[in-house]
Amino acid sequence: MHTVQQTDRAAAAIPPDPADWPAGIHRVLREAQVRQVAYVPDAGHTKLINLCHDDPAMRATVLTTEEEGVALLAGAWLGGQRGVLLMQSSGVGNCINMLSLSKSCRLPLVMLVTMRGEWGEFNPWQVPMGQTTQASLELAGVITYRADEAEQVAETVEAALHFAFDSEVAVAVLLSQRMLGRKKWVK
Amino acid sequence: MGQVTMQTERNLLDRRWVVKVLLSDRRDLLVVTGLGAPTYDCAAAGDHPGNFYLWGAMGGGAMVGLGLALAQPDRRVVVITGDGEQLMGLGALATIAAQRPDNLAIVVLDNERYGETGMQRTHTAHGVDLAGIARAAGFPDARIVRGEDEVHALATAVRQGRGPLLADVKVSPEDLPRVLPSRDGAYIKTRFREHVLGQPAA
Repeated sequence: MHTVQQTDRAAAAIPPDPADWPAGIHRVLREAQVRQVAYVPDAGHTKLINLCHDDPAMRATVLTTEEEGVALLAGAWLGGQRGVLLMQSSGVGNCINMLSLSKSCRLPLVMLVTMRGEWGEFNPWQVPMGQTTQASLELAGVITYRADEAEQVAETVEAALHFAFDSEVAVAVLLSQRMLGRKKWVK
Repeated sequence: MGQVTMQTERNLLDRRWVVKVLLSDRRDLLVVTGLGAPTYDCAAAGDHPGNFYLWGAMGGGAMVGLGLALAQPDRRVVVITGDGEQLMGLGALATIAAQRPDNLAIVVLDNERYGETGMQRTHTAHGVDLAGIARAAGFPDARIVRGEDEVHALATAVRQGRGPLLADVKVSPEDLPRVLPSRDGAYIKTRFREHVLGQPAA
């Protein structure tokens, strides 16, 4: 039977596939000792959500609305645990007032946002929020990073984690719709 | 402020007395307070480093409690909030019920009013039943509290019961003198983390 250490060593022997960015995010979340993962699902986050649910070191909490996650992770940090919040860009607007919690209490927050409404979008209802996601976050005091290529994702999330937890700031990583691929509407 | 009475002329509970009973002999109980009167009530019962006071983030109190309860499964966590605040976070009751933290209690001091903004009637004044909503969501313990004996029973349940618990405590809609704890969120956070995690909380 493998010990955890041996399993990690075996996994480390296989070079990570840069195209498999969800596995890359999961790896850096593990390395940063993230214990709580809150999410409102998005198709682009499917694989990462499954990886987090399957990881006994992480508690994955499904939310009814994204702002719940901002408050949940504030509580997690008060209790000594690190967390991340996964959402689609349409959920960013739901968070705005709750982000005052992070700002007022200087709490760390990491949001991983899959983008809609910015690249070959089929659904016009996604465009208003998608086009204002980054500006909204910045107005609310959240530092934003973008990842446009799969190869950049793990490194960008890793930097966001260190930045947020070491400097107690709110950081969002926007995962571009071009990288995620256009949603297929006719199956 | 005169003598703290347990019940008012309308036979509704006095919120300051309720909180005093809930937080007496608190030992390692951790407390999250909802903005407005519940924050003042908890400060009036005695400032404590294990209190995390919200002055905003309306609707977020119960979720802060959930994150804390999941991070500290061996500690008891109580969120003391108001009906208006909890009504803004109804979805949180579903999220909490799905996670089932057995160390979390939500106590709603329900005066059926938006007390901070001019005492407008909330939904609970129109018959909305927060305990019923919590029960339907899946809370194993959801109760309405009206009497003094029930408050003492609630204090025991908060410390020992198998949660998640939601108690809707019907309190008098009096506008009581404000007792203001620190509004410096970063200070309250750091103080709370040092209390829970030991110093220095890195």
